[in-house]
Amino acid sequence: MAKASTLTNMTVTLGAIAFLASAMLSAVFVFTAEPIRKVAAAKVDRAIGDVLPPFDNSPAIEMTETKIDGRTLRLYPARKDSRPVGIAVETSTGGGFGGEIRLMVGFLPDGRIYKTAVLSHAETPGLGDKIDARRSTFSLQFEGKDPATFNLAVRQDGGDVDAITAATISSRAFCDAVERAKKVIRN
Amino acid sequence: MIKQITNGIIKENPTFVLVLGMCPTLGTTTSALNGMGMGLATLFVLVLSNMAISAVAAHIPGKVRIPAYIVIIAAFVTVLQLLMQAYTPALYETLGLFIPLIVVNCIVLGRAEAFAARNPLAASACDGLGIGLGFTLSLTLVGAVRELLGSGALFGLPIVAGGGITIFVLAPGAFIVLGFLMVLFNKISRSRQ
Repeated sequence: MAKASTLTNMTVTLGAIAFLASAMLSAVFVFTAEPIRKVAAAKVDRAIGDVLPPFDNSPAIEMTETKIDGRTLRLYPARKDSRPVGIAVETSTGGGFGGEIRLMVGFLPDGRIYKTAVLSHAETPGLGDKIDARRSTFSLQFEGKDPATFNLAVRQDGGDVDAITAATISSRAFCDAVERAKKVIRN
Repeated sequence: MIKQITNGIIKENPTFVLVLGMCPTLGTTTSALNGMGMGLATLFVLVLSNMAISAVAAHIPGKVRIPAYIVIIAAFVTVLQLLMQAYTPALYETLGLFIPLIVVNCIVLGRAEAFAARNPLAASACDGLGIGLGFTLSLTLVGAVRELLGSGALFGLPIVAGGGITIFVLAPGAFIVLGFLMVLFNKISRSRQ
């Protein structure tokens, strides 16, 4: 049965368990770092294809980085037959309900949004995760919109975006990320 | 040993008899494959945490028992999360948000307290395996019924043309299916006695 508890043995035991646990975690982390990086790169490639019309160059190789509001945004220019067909912008926001949300937003040469895709998020399952196009039609309302005339904010904040019911914070964060991508495209 | 395994599947089935771990049960069983994935993920954590806790339980002072168990369980869950991210990215996409919740799944902590802490290593591993299998089978069953009724498919293979009744894929469908399966399970297991 359990031992009697003293300050010393409680501290030592918990410390030892935490130490062993972190040792195990570091080992697994190092071991899985490379495969995880590859999976993430493949995901970015797929997202670029999802948010832009067909192209024949490799946007991931021609990627450029821009800093705005203290965040790094990545721009992936896409071309077909050497003519630009659009730019995919990897954007992010820290305003999500579960922290950071990362999106890929495709812009056409005329400035309109073509499509959007969620790269990663930690929103509540069943509520905020509806920002993902597989879970609800929320993100589809951005398609084909020109940010010059379409106010990228939820209606509660005076914008043109219908927020997800019971997930206004997630919807607001999504708009924030798209807005940031727009700013970069404008410059 | 065998008894410990069947015990987890039938007599102490975590879903239909103990009614534990309802959050992942209701949340992830939108399809048979998702249910099975979640069940296997929990099984992995259960077996490892049961073994680890059984090995160290005698050395842990009573008052820090729960935090110690939680650290052990959380470590295994994070290992699982990293492995899934690296090797089963598609499954991780659909289950990802629920994986960290395994830490607070009452089945895992429940078995640590009720079984692993007071039983030898091998028996604890078998108990984890049994309960984990019971959980996996239950989740697969709930997922299969919901997928069949909700999208007219089974394990992703279309069976009924034209889809299904959408509500069974949504949250209310989870409660309805779980309720009816629970009635069925208890009726069968009672008539056997």
